[in-house]
Amino acid sequence: MTRATAPVLELKSVSRLFEGIRAVDNVSLKLYAGEIVGLIGPNGAGKTTLVNLISGFLSVSSGDVIFDGVSITRKKPHSIAQSGIARTFQIVQPFARMTVLENVMAGAIYAGHRRMVQARDKAVECLEFTKLAHLKDMPASELALANRKRLELAKSLAMSPRVLMLDEVNAGLNSSEIDEAIQMIRSIAATGITIVVIEHLMRVVTALAERTVVMHHGAVASEGPTDEVMKDPKVIEAYLGNKFAQRFAETSGVPVARPA
Amino acid sequence: MISQYIVNGLLTGGLYACLAVGFSLVWGVLNVVNMLHGSMVVLGAYFCLYGVQQLGLPLYAVAPVACLILFVFGYAIQRGLLNRVITQPILITLTLTFGLDLIVNNLVIHVFSATPQSLVTNFGTVEFAGVRVPVVRVSGMLVAVILTLVLYWLLRHSKIGRAIIAVRMDRHAAALMGIRIPHIYALTFGIGAFMAGAAGCAMALIYPVTPMMSGVFLGKAFVICVLGGLGSVPGAIIGGLVLGVVEGLGTLTLGQQWATSVGFIMMMAVIVLFPTGIMGKKGYE
Amino acid sequence: MIIDRAFVLKIAFGVLLFACGAVLSAVLDNYYLQVGTTLAMLCSLCWAWNIVGGYMGYPALCMISFFGIGAYAGGIAQAAGLPETFAWLVAAGVGLLFALLLGVPLLRLKGHYFAVGTIASVEVLREVANNWEQLTGGAIGLNLPIHAGSPDEVGRFFYLAMLGLAFLAFLITAVVDRTKFGFGLRCIRQNEQAASMVGIDVFKYKVGAFVLTGVLGAATGAIYASMVAFIEPKDAFNLIMTIEIPVMVMLGGMGTIFGPLIGGVSYVILKEFVWAYFINWHSGLLGLIVVTVIYFLPVGVLGLTWRDIFKKFGASRSTTSVASDIARSAS
Repeated sequence: MTRATAPVLELKSVSRLFEGIRAVDNVSLKLYAGEIVGLIGPNGAGKTTLVNLISGFLSVSSGDVIFDGVSITRKKPHSIAQSGIARTFQIVQPFARMTVLENVMAGAIYAGHRRMVQARDKAVECLEFTKLAHLKDMPASELALANRKRLELAKSLAMSPRVLMLDEVNAGLNSSEIDEAIQMIRSIAATGITIVVIEHLMRVVTALAERTVVMHHGAVASEGPTDEVMKDPKVIEAYLGNKFAQRFAETSGVPVARPA
Repeated sequence: MISQYIVNGLLTGGLYACLAVGFSLVWGVLNVVNMLHGSMVVLGAYFCLYGVQQLGLPLYAVAPVACLILFVFGYAIQRGLLNRVITQPILITLTLTFGLDLIVNNLVIHVFSATPQSLVTNFGTVEFAGVRVPVVRVSGMLVAVILTLVLYWLLRHSKIGRAIIAVRMDRHAAALMGIRIPHIYALTFGIGAFMAGAAGCAMALIYPVTPMMSGVFLGKAFVICVLGGLGSVPGAIIGGLVLGVVEGLGTLTLGQQWATSVGFIMMMAVIVLFPTGIMGKKGYE
Repeated sequence: MIIDRAFVLKIAFGVLLFACGAVLSAVLDNYYLQVGTTLAMLCSLCWAWNIVGGYMGYPALCMISFFGIGAYAGGIAQAAGLPETFAWLVAAGVGLLFALLLGVPLLRLKGHYFAVGTIASVEVLREVANNWEQLTGGAIGLNLPIHAGSPDEVGRFFYLAMLGLAFLAFLITAVVDRTKFGFGLRCIRQNEQAASMVGIDVFKYKVGAFVLTGVLGAATGAIYASMVAFIEPKDAFNLIMTIEIPVMVMLGGMGTIFGPLIGGVSYVILKEFVWAYFINWHSGLLGLIVVTVIYFLPVGVLGLTWRDIFKKFGASRSTTSVASDIARSAS
């Protein structure tokens, strides 16, 4: 799918090695403004590593990460955050002894380039959006899990990002909490922010993402419109193994490569 | 002659290894910087002096008793006082042990008086390859090194020793295996105190001892830990030997007064360049 | 800066306190002026340490390195003929440079190694001061030109000078507490990685805090040197004081505006008491004070919140709040 506009985030043959193991293997991607892209793949596929590479948390072994036409490959995490890329962590790490409000303010002040007073207003706004406003003076360490995830989201929003990468934001949430989260993410995308959603829950991906990228063993295994990708036999094989993929192929008539 | 300085350095180094190994173990296993360590060395020396000079007992009887007293002392302090704050950040544990050190130091000055005393005896010198060494020094160093090696063997091959190593590697996993952490901590601290006492007894044979020396001993223990890595007996031995030789060469080239400074400067360089020690073992934060 | 009523009250209180202190200089006799000067000096050092140790949470044990370097820099400058206040500024500059030199390598380290590195700096500096006779006068010490005037005038002058520096340290602390800088330091203290991901240039902030601490520490040392007109290595680089300062701040409350003041004053009062009655046991009792403070008041007087006291006496607020949270989200 080609587009007329330039991509907001582009990865060019990005790789990351850990002592010989290719955690991320020659990944090339283009993300356009305002879209929601799903990033799926079995455990260990390299999804979180990819997010770490983009956000500067890990350094790139080879390749280039280009944000708005500027290479951010060698930049430090704080600098990348300030440029407008935010991400959430799978294992949420708030500033434990600060209040919920202060946690979100942290995002608003530094990456969001605001003065303290405006940061506080922006933080309240983000907390209202994520329905955490009533807890704003509670120490972050005392939050329940679902609220911690919302805090991560609020903090990232306060950073006024152009690109937001959500790493398994829904893990551990119950069904109604997930529905709420889907709504929230939709509203965020409506404001023009590009969102990457890493998920294991397929219903979240199908509900949100127009386009999905599938990773396997560090490389891009498949990419395209979400519903097509979901039916791709390679994807099924990656998640569920070769035997299941073959049985699926026999019942649905979709061809599958035989093992060598 | 340079070889004389090197041999002297190695002899002193062996003693230093014994001095530092307890400190290193406590730091590595409990994550506590024990500012009391120097005072424990001094205590060991004074117990020996007291036993030999006041009670008239032979040294080989007094020294083990002195070390055992220190073991009990160390165990009690850890179990009773330090254990409550063991999970706190380093500033808290360090200042706590520092405060304890002030108390102990003050007590030592009052009980044993500050005038230098020593058990320095002269059994003559031994000569080989053109180098002269006093017998006392060699025996002191040998005892120190043998004890350190025994400790090393115990850590590797006894049940308790392996429990200590397990706690050093991963406290939580060790607890899940049924190892009683407070007991192991206290034991380790006690062993640290024991080795400090042993070093003190050996020092008493060679140098005059005063309570003021506690700071000097602590300083050397610091340097050796940084050089050799934390919680490692081979590290303490190598670190001790290196420090001994470097001090010796420093004395030779720059003069006596720079000997200690050279050690500290080296330590700072190592901290900055190789935080895990020259040996490259995994450092502790 | 978020300027709310509480903050204005705090600043006003501080200004009032210092104003009283300044006015008192006209009426106090020399002994009390001395005590006041020592108090102001210690509070200065406490406020300085509070930035890197309290707000940022790095166990810096090199306060005395800064103090000593400032004392010697100021002393050497004065001995070379520079006027007093100019020498103090030179000392502050040297403190800045030294903080950069020490901070850039050490601030990459964490916890234990950082602490040990800072302690080592004290030892190294003392040895250098002891041995580099041409520059520092060696172990014999360095003599400074004595400030002209009657004992009362001199006492008053240095009292006001120290008081002024302490006031500066107080103001800097108040500003740090309320601005992005202090907020960032608090974030760094709790989670350096998260701080970086939120856009804080962690290294720059760390060095900035360290330099601020260093400059204030050095300036304090310089004024001290001019006051006593003589410095020697074991005074200027006293290892005990490098630990006393953090203890004072811990006593009063780390990472607060008034913690260093409360801690400094309480500690000095305790120490004077001990000195007066137990001079032979003074270091041992000092140790006892340290142990007691650490044991029973690790967060300091100001660090205790009503929540902590409430927790100690029964109902855990956290369980009740989680329960009400569950109730709310279920409705």
